[in-house]
Amino acid sequence: MLVAGLTALAGSASAADAPALFDSGRLLLTGGVSTVEGSGGGGLASWATITGYGTRDSVGANVHGTYVNLPDYELRAYGVAVGFYDRVEVSYTRQQFDTGSTGAKLGLGSGFTFDQDIVGVKVKLFGDAVYDQDRWYPQVSVGAQYKKNDKGAIVHAVGGKDDSGVDYYVAATKLFLNQSVLLNGTVRLTKANQFGLLGFGGDKHNDYSAQFEGSAAYLLNKHLAIGVEARTKPDNLGFAKEQDSYDVFAAYALNKNLSVTAAYVDLGSIATFKDQHGFYISLQAGF
Amino acid sequence: MHRLTTLALGATLILAATGAAAQAPMVMPAAGATPIAGDAVYKAFHEQAGIQRIMDDFVPRITSDPRIKDRFATTNLDRLKLMLVQQVCYLTGGPCQYTGRDMKEVHSSLGLQNLDFNALAEDLQFSMDKEKVSFPAQNQLLAKLAPMQRAIVTK
Ligand code: HEM
Repeated sequence: MLVAGLTALAGSASAADAPALFDSGRLLLTGGVSTVEGSGGGGLASWATITGYGTRDSVGANVHGTYVNLPDYELRAYGVAVGFYDRVEVSYTRQQFDTGSTGAKLGLGSGFTFDQDIVGVKVKLFGDAVYDQDRWYPQVSVGAQYKKNDKGAIVHAVGGKDDSGVDYYVAATKLFLNQSVLLNGTVRLTKANQFGLLGFGGDKHNDYSAQFEGSAAYLLNKHLAIGVEARTKPDNLGFAKEQDSYDVFAAYALNKNLSVTAAYVDLGSIATFKDQHGFYISLQAGF
Repeated sequence: MHRLTTLALGATLILAATGAAAQAPMVMPAAGATPIAGDAVYKAFHEQAGIQRIMDDFVPRITSDPRIKDRFATTNLDRLKLMLVQQVCYLTGGPCQYTGRDMKEVHSSLGLQNLDFNALAEDLQFSMDKEKVSFPAQNQLLAKLAPMQRAIVTK
């Protein structure tokens, strides 16, 4: 419903007589898609780009719904993000990590679901990923994500120290038009266990650690980008090993109002269940 | 993996520190950029005749695009087309000289915004698509045009 409403709004926003506040003035796909944590970026990695199609004179926004089907779990995420003046991005996403029948094996009960709210903010510091083709440096942004998990008791039972936490990151994104390639590198300071779904900090390790996220995308045409991503994660909990994550993706922008991202994602071992890899699909609607 | 992240953090911070530093001034040709080396891109644009067809399509396109058409209300469109053909021929590595005015001089008084710049770029993409210029070759020209945003967009 919200998606339909926003798409309708977006449709009128890109019309000729649109108020300048919503100009949808940036080029297709240049705002990235929505990450699983709601920020503008790839699927796993937050980028330095500000979400939406608004130029520095206007505001862009989108909603997204993301679904990841893993052998023993399901992850759903949906949220909304607004980009102000190609400078500041604010996002809210709710993640639902559904243990399905695995919940019973973990002693949590079948269908046990961890919910997590993520509020993100990102500020562009300098550089322009698109215009600065003649400069060596990328667009650089800093961001923070406040995450609050609703299963504090379980988090503590498995050795997690907190049910909420804040991630801080620096992201650098550069489009190499000459090669039709986009590269992103992000360093994230985090205590999150499995993105925060299993809480923050743990019995094994309880300090912030620096983790890396990288994306490389090749633009096949105006509408379609394919790429790979990697994201390292901390390993804070004694009861289950946490591993780095990877994905290969294709992002297709039908137009500035609708895009679909399909990926195959490998999240490694989650809560003692190994080899959690599967299909990822994400829809984004906005302007 | 820890060493990798430390390295990445270091690299990002160096980028952050030096990125904001002032650019050394350089002398730009009036066409706004130096040409692409070799003639592969010029060939991908189907040479002079292809570039002419692109601009035959592009000029009516920008002067009917509701986002930017008003900007061209008093423009001599024949001259504009001629200058654009020269400029793109020159930038793609073709055997042409650009005889028009400097990009900053032409556009700085127009009060253009990023919306105008990007709209024009989108229109150009459509015209290049129509001429069936390969996407990588299109992007190589766009890589030359994109930095002109700093000279052209003043608002
Ligand atoms: C990379 C982007 C652009 C390039 C390469 C470009 C190139 C040119 C060239 C070659 C000329 C002719 C110069 C001459 O007569 O000597 C010109 C003139 C002009 N351009 Fe652009 N332009 C760009 C962006 C824009 C944009 C975004 C607009 C507005 C939407 C615009 C509006 C005009 C106008 C109105 C003139 C005529 C000015 C006059 O005759 O006084 N240009 N441009």
